[in-house]
Amino acid sequence: MQSTEAGLRPPRHLVSRKAIGYWTLRALAGWLIPLAAQVIWMLQDEGRLSWHVAGLVLTMVLAAAHVVIMPQWRFRVHRWEATPEAVYTQSGWFNQERRIAPVSRVQTVDSQRGPLEQLFGLANVTVTTASAAGPLKIHGLDHQTARRLVDELTEGAHGDPGDAT
Amino acid sequence: MTATHGTEEWRRLSTRMLVIHPIQELLRAWPVLIGLVFAGTAGGHGSWWSLAGAAFVVGAGMLRWFTTTYRVTPEQVQVRKGFVRRQVLTVPRDRIRTVDVTANALHRSLGLAKIEVGTGRTDRKDDGVKLDALHAVEAAGLRDELLHRPAAGPPQAAEVSAPPRQTLLARVPTGWVRYGPFTLTGLVTVGVIAGVAGRAANEAHLDPGRLGPLSTLLDRWERAPVTAEIAMLVAALVVAVAVASTIGYVLAFYRFRLSRNSAGTLHITRGLITTRAITIEERRLRGVELSEPLLLRAVRGARCIAITTGLRVGRGAERGGSLLLPPGPRKEAQRVAAEVLGDAAPLTCPLSPHGPRATWRRFSRAVGVAALIVAASLALWALGVLPPWAWQLSLALPPAAALLAFDRAYALGHAVRGATLVSRRGSLVRRRSALSCDGIIGWNLRRSFFQRRAGLATLVATTAAGRQRVEVQDVELGEALRTAEAALPGLLTPFLQR
Repeated sequence: MQSTEAGLRPPRHLVSRKAIGYWTLRALAGWLIPLAAQVIWMLQDEGRLSWHVAGLVLTMVLAAAHVVIMPQWRFRVHRWEATPEAVYTQSGWFNQERRIAPVSRVQTVDSQRGPLEQLFGLANVTVTTASAAGPLKIHGLDHQTARRLVDELTEGAHGDPGDAT
Repeated sequence: MTATHGTEEWRRLSTRMLVIHPIQELLRAWPVLIGLVFAGTAGGHGSWWSLAGAAFVVGAGMLRWFTTTYRVTPEQVQVRKGFVRRQVLTVPRDRIRTVDVTANALHRSLGLAKIEVGTGRTDRKDDGVKLDALHAVEAAGLRDELLHRPAAGPPQAAEVSAPPRQTLLARVPTGWVRYGPFTLTGLVTVGVIAGVAGRAANEAHLDPGRLGPLSTLLDRWERAPVTAEIAMLVAALVVAVAVASTIGYVLAFYRFRLSRNSAGTLHITRGLITTRAITIEERRLRGVELSEPLLLRAVRGARCIAITTGLRVGRGAERGGSLLLPPGPRKEAQRVAAEVLGDAAPLTCPLSPHGPRATWRRFSRAVGVAALIVAASLALWALGVLPPWAWQLSLALPPAAALLAFDRAYALGHAVRGATLVSRRGSLVRRRSALSCDGIIGWNLRRSFFQRRAGLATLVATTAAGRQRVEVQDVELGEALRTAEAALPGLLTPFLQR
């Protein structure tokens, strides 16, 4: 009982460092739309130029903060670990969520790669159990690591008979 | 036994469905048909169009009988259906969790019953096998065939010759109707009726004030002071909801019987006009839940719900079929839950409270939101947007929120008893869930920013049954980990800090 008092440590592994670049790029792309909308509005609307400029500056400051801080922060909080018995993930900035699933209860192990993620050599791994409340998602894994993880988990999941409900 | 020789053949629905399908389709399509009448009146062919539409609907309904066939093989159940889009649904027999036999008034008048086969895939809609409908006897036979016989493997002579025994676990006596008004199921009904009536009166340009007896009543009402008006309106609403709830209770739970079949299933039959017979495989049962909505709690009532794989809870326990006991005396609900679990301890054992920090969190959240609303309505009044009675009325919110918070904090509790995780939470609907530890297939440990500051966590046991999760809300982190360790020893051990 003494040991449990000390608490649950975070999962051991960080995701790939390349994910920072990917997240930055994606966040940038996401901010382009409101920025473009604002610029178009400014060009359409002749008067009140100072208001428009102020709004634009504000958006840019917010965008810069998001693009710089978010990927770093996310890189630090998104963690994962897999042992022969269990998969363990952590995600979330303000609302932290840690998920643990025994490998014997794993039903499917998927890996997905979007076009941009392929460019960065990244992959996402989703581990599902029979419960709709418990999929474990690991975003931004290195492609090789993801492949190894999927292989390990599928082997482990096959070892147990029954339908894992 | 008659079914065994014909198992491999494709079978059809009852021929009487040639009558029911068109009626059902017509009932379902009546808004469209009426729409056709109106759309057509402009051209002067309204009735023709609607007649053609009706003929099409009837034809499509009859076609369903011709296109739907099913068969039961030793390994699987297959249904072929569809005309334009041919479908073959296949369900492996060892994946069948529940069988639900329903008969509405139309079915019953012709001696038919609809059968629905539930599998474990709770995440998808409409994947189950539905047969609408068979002869009532045939439906009951199919149910026994699907659940009470070993799907494949060597037939055991002793088991086949001895008919399975039924033991009655619970029945609902007529006196329980007194719990009906406290279920609030009538709220929706009254809302719908009021909506439809108002709409109809509006469409027909009917002024309720001009109807003889109503007008005198309304006249008297209009002369009464405002407070009396509101009081009368509320009283009328309360009576209407209570009456509707009671009628709903009788309709749904008339002759409710829960019995256990020695072949390993729980069997529920109920209903006044539409009868339902639900069979749940006990092997798939992961736990039970005692649910006490606030009003029901006031009269010491409770419901008992099964936590089982293969039954969707999202649609409400009543429609989903996982209800083990309708609203009734709390003691009875506890007894039935204990009978089903085979152990009374998880339902009666004392629970560990979650401590002052969890209580504070409940208060700060409930009262905080109420205070925000008061502040907002005050500000809006100051700005001249809202009339003064808005903020005066909003002053009632914080005390109400405080009461709610107190009740919510009081409800929080958890325990691991034997091999069962017990968790209790909620105020408007207080639920005590007892989930078998075998049914837990993982943990989610959620900690919001404020929970981390308070050293609390919400421990979620994920499961394939029922609502897919059982939450232990706002428990101290150390206690959360101890609970998880006690429920599934060893799973967390490698991740603990030493």
